[in-house]
Amino acid sequence: MTISRKELSWMYETMYKSRYYEDEMEKTYTEGKTPVFNIGSGTVPGEMHLSTGQEPAAIGISVHLRKDDIVASPHRPHHHAIAKGVDLKRMTAEIFGKKTGLSKGKGGHMHLFDPAVHFSCSGIVGAGLPQAAGAALAAKKKNKDSVAVAYIGEGAANTGSFHESLNLASLWNLPYIVVVENNSYGISVPKSASTSVASNDLRASAYGDNVKGYYVKDNDPIAMYHASKEAVERARKGEGPSIIEIETYRFLGHFQGDAEGYRPEGEVEELREKDPIPLFRDLLMKDHSFKEDELVSLEEKAKGEVDEAYAFARESDYPDLEEALDNVFI
Amino acid sequence: MANLTMIQAITEALDQEMAKDEKVMIFGEDVGKNGGVFRATQGLFDKYGEDRVNDTPLAESGIGGMAFGLAMQGFRPIAEIQFFGFVFEVMDSIVGQMARTRYRMGGKVNLPVVVRSPFGGGVHTPEMHADNLEGLMAQSPGLKVVIPSNPYDAKGLLTSAIRDEDPVVFLEHMKLYRSFRDEVPEEQYTIPLGKAAIAREGKDVTIVTYGYMVREALKAAEQLEAENISAEVIDLRTVSPLDIETIINSVEKTGRAVMVQEAQRQAGVGATVISEISQRAILSLKAPIGFVAAPDTVYPFGTVENDWLPNAKDIIGKVKEAYNF
Repeated sequence: MTISRKELSWMYETMYKSRYYEDEMEKTYTEGKTPVFNIGSGTVPGEMHLSTGQEPAAIGISVHLRKDDIVASPHRPHHHAIAKGVDLKRMTAEIFGKKTGLSKGKGGHMHLFDPAVHFSCSGIVGAGLPQAAGAALAAKKKNKDSVAVAYIGEGAANTGSFHESLNLASLWNLPYIVVVENNSYGISVPKSASTSVASNDLRASAYGDNVKGYYVKDNDPIAMYHASKEAVERARKGEGPSIIEIETYRFLGHFQGDAEGYRPEGEVEELREKDPIPLFRDLLMKDHSFKEDELVSLEEKAKGEVDEAYAFARESDYPDLEEALDNVFI
Repeated sequence: MANLTMIQAITEALDQEMAKDEKVMIFGEDVGKNGGVFRATQGLFDKYGEDRVNDTPLAESGIGGMAFGLAMQGFRPIAEIQFFGFVFEVMDSIVGQMARTRYRMGGKVNLPVVVRSPFGGGVHTPEMHADNLEGLMAQSPGLKVVIPSNPYDAKGLLTSAIRDEDPVVFLEHMKLYRSFRDEVPEEQYTIPLGKAAIAREGKDVTIVTYGYMVREALKAAEQLEAENISAEVIDLRTVSPLDIETIINSVEKTGRAVMVQEAQRQAGVGATVISEISQRAILSLKAPIGFVAAPDTVYPFGTVENDWLPNAKDIIGKVKEAYNF
């Protein structure tokens, strides 16, 4: 099964864009928070969960998704949103808390919503699982072949909603895919101390013959592409739900400002050596005849788009105080 | 006009709105072939099929989350929570997600979900089945909380709730389900949410209440009339948002107020009503505001239930206290 050049090109550009976006956010987030770290101050006040290192999870499945496919994302949503095609300018303005944001600055970084591309979020771990199952049921009822994807961290696979949602999705044979981003930690607790199975794809067999599990190791975008392709095709054809667990890497803390005392020494450095983006770049040049200048031009395009989004967010105004009383009836 | 019990009026409201709008669908535990444990959905599975009336597994948080996902995709789901005490299993979906989404999205999307559920004391169901938890819901901005007190209101309010663009928690008192009948028009009609009704007019004291307690308040008002005390009874119908205007107008007229609720005393709907009256109409008051509520204990076991629950006698006592102050 080969991957088209167009797909590879999109995957690289989008991974690069996502990474550059998070690198910019990491820098921007510290503005106004030094020398004393105060989470509530600076250009981007509030909590911040960055996806740096986890790009293959989002890009490998999103390459198969259409605009009318539905995505429910958790508290670490930027790479998912970028890969789904969420309006980057309005997303960035939302994260900055500006009135030009996706939700007029009222949602923030953990609540990114873009109905135009059927993207939604919730900061509550596991909350998106039944929501995506409901959206999958909606697709089925409308006789459409769209699919619903719930991204979760490996920690959320231990919530009750994982069980409730997969049981329902199997029972009603929904076009439902759970992507488990196993970044080894639920905040500080390692997966080995939280999860009774080696990987969550193994749990698929507990939900019925129509549920299939896939395991993607080494944060590999190509392997993620293939697993996702099969899962999405199965869902579109009405063959049932899937669980894809990808072994991914969280290069940064759970949140920005996390002291990460729970990490073994040298772990991040080791992970950084396996950074999926330069590895993918090398692969494109070595095995897929991409040229240096071609890749550079994809990178420049991605950077330009991100820079423009940040400039838009910076230049935008904050919402008026009255906005706090709008869009709710009490 | 037909003479219907409240449960029949509810079934009729569901049936007629499903017939009218194909986006309306029902799901919950035992709502399909069984027609719901109280038979609220009786006949709907046969009429509309499993595509629109879905039996779910015992998975409240899944029911709430799926209602969210369906509503985001343009459906109008009606989720039944079998007994409202089970709502704790689905609090995140209702309070953490549904209630907040319109605000959180800057008004871009509405979530037209109805969460229907039986509740209420006096039928010897244990705690977690009987509990009055409307105060928990009413504290959540973004949710409308509706509690009918009779079959006529139940049909009109439920029809409004289904047509409403925002999440509505619709609570049905079990003691009202089959205890009496009302004239209910066969055609569809709506009763606006957020508007109270004056269940009985009076001039000496205002009794503010909702749900089953409206029956007890009316009983009390009748007995008080014999003693020449004229009580006005306000049926809130919707406990969030509250119809403050109707309450204040009445209190300004009568000069006395007694709040009656079946729920425990602490931090509920009654406390809010009393607070609003104190802030807005204190100079109209001739007596302190009376409060009839259940004690702040866990909902009790069956043999003491009738003593624990507020009743007409308690209401009469508080009204007289206010009247004779």
